[in-house]
Amino acid sequence: MCGMFEVGLSIMAEELTPSARASAASAPAIETSKLTKYYGKARGIIDVDLKVEQGDIYGFIGPNGAGKSTFIRVLLGLIAPTSGAAAILGLDCEKQTKSILAQIGYMPSEAMFYHGMRVKELLRFSARLRKQDCSAEAVLLCERLDLDQNRKVNELSMGNRRKVGIVCALQHRPALYILDEPTSGLDPLIQKEFFNLLLERHEQGATILLSSHVLSEVQRYCRNAAVIREGRIIAAGTVEELSSSAARRVRIQGISELPGLAGIKNLSAHADGVDFLYQGDVHALVAALADRDYSDLFIEEPDIEEVFLHFYEAADGSAAAGSAAAESSADGSAAAGIDTLELSEDGEEVQL
Amino acid sequence: MTIFLHEMKLGTKMLIIWSVAVGAIIMACMAVFPDIKEQAEEISNAFAMMGAFTSAFGMDKIIMTEPLGYYGLDCAAVLAFGGGLFAAFISARMLSKEEAEHTAEYLLTHPVRRVDIIAGKLLAVFAQIIIFNLFCTLCAIVSFAAIGETVMGKAFWLFQLAQVIMHLEIACICFGASAVLKRGGVGFGLGLATFLYFMNLVANISDKWEALRYITPYAYADPSSILPAVAIEGTYLVVGLIYALVALAFAFFWYSRKGIAQ
Repeated sequence: MCGMFEVGLSIMAEELTPSARASAASAPAIETSKLTKYYGKARGIIDVDLKVEQGDIYGFIGPNGAGKSTFIRVLLGLIAPTSGAAAILGLDCEKQTKSILAQIGYMPSEAMFYHGMRVKELLRFSARLRKQDCSAEAVLLCERLDLDQNRKVNELSMGNRRKVGIVCALQHRPALYILDEPTSGLDPLIQKEFFNLLLERHEQGATILLSSHVLSEVQRYCRNAAVIREGRIIAAGTVEELSSSAARRVRIQGISELPGLAGIKNLSAHADGVDFLYQGDVHALVAALADRDYSDLFIEEPDIEEVFLHFYEAADGSAAAGSAAAESSADGSAAAGIDTLELSEDGEEVQL
Repeated sequence: MTIFLHEMKLGTKMLIIWSVAVGAIIMACMAVFPDIKEQAEEISNAFAMMGAFTSAFGMDKIIMTEPLGYYGLDCAAVLAFGGGLFAAFISARMLSKEEAEHTAEYLLTHPVRRVDIIAGKLLAVFAQIIIFNLFCTLCAIVSFAAIGETVMGKAFWLFQLAQVIMHLEIACICFGASAVLKRGGVGFGLGLATFLYFMNLVANISDKWEALRYITPYAYADPSSILPAVAIEGTYLVVGLIYALVALAFAFFWYSRKGIAQ
């Protein structure tokens, strides 16, 4: 059976010198510096500076096509960066890929497996590639996720294939989990169990990078987070800070005029009422509405594109270059929080 | 070893289908040899008067009415061509299938060096080709015994050995291509194997196309060259091995640096 997540470190120890091992123990779980990847002329990621400390649960938020998967693939050594550097636990992502992968549990956004293999065979194959026997842990995980190990993987529904991906990522108890959109296709009960498992691993000392386009998921489980859009990190800091500055979609029925409040954007009025994005204190909004004769009020999480619209807004109306230094630390303090956010090149896209 | 065993398991069904199909055709061909032998004179004359076809298939150099001559011309042509197609089929998608079937992200995020993955897959290709040839050779031996003939001489074994080497060379070239291709590897492989086979036929017909023998591995595996001389043409063999090694070096170089973005 697999040991604890230190198993990963023990594998690495076979290949690293004592000094390298010591630096790995104190190194950030993930650290990138001006990491850039172009596919020919097509943009992948641009100048990504990100630091995730060991023991953190880090959210990596962005809409589809923003560069989340590209960033992760560079970390995993699947693709070489065009420029910049990336390190995991102090190890170079380009040169020490094997040692890095021994310590990672990775769940891809689209889990595809070999045709005709049973779940049990696939999990055993994964464990053998890691030179470990994870059968007991696999049984435990399959029971908790309600996954039948005797089914053939090509006969599984999308949700069940996702479960196979989860077990593959978790069964060897790695030190670092990199999960790319892990909950898409999972029903709510299994999602809850999945996050319970992650929180247990986190309590045991593991680090988790959770890539997602679902803001609420990151708000609930992550301590720190970064927002990526069009290949650039546009915001980073503690989830609390990000959430407090995130916009909300507000629909008010039965009124045609808005209270004079700052932070209202994308206003649209219709026959039943008004609809707008609101970035500000919700209490202030409710207080301002107290003497209005509205019939209904909805405050919702908008689409991910909308949530961070305000981050793109240039202070002087022009584009600002560069990306924010995105750092988090284990003690929860944000080295570069909302105050240090820089603006993306397309701030002019914001429509007020 | 894990990758090798995994690929052997995935390839078992195809290996059985191709081995049984080619082996059965060899046995069926040899089963009619007694009838051919009875009409020795007529058949020899008929084959000698087929013009370009006579030289294309080397029928001017082999005695069709001898068991080994008949085997080399008729039965083993199935082994040579069928085996070439099988070698191309399994090797041309060996590396590329991981990307085509979206399993690359799963496989390559395990702590295994790319070169070990390439080596494991290559060994599986070699093993399957060798098993295929062993089975077909066994079928040939059984079919010789069934018609009461014994031709287990050096010429037979050299011919069988040349078939294995030729199949391995085709596999190496297709394996090299599979490092680059993402899709369409099978079409490329089968097309290449067929092209190389017909290239040898053309070289046999006309001396003007003699140089093609330096390209196609079917030249050193040709029964009309091996059986009368009881030897494999060394020059063509060495050139073929160089092609194979270059293709393999390319596969290792390219695939170990390749960016995997699905």
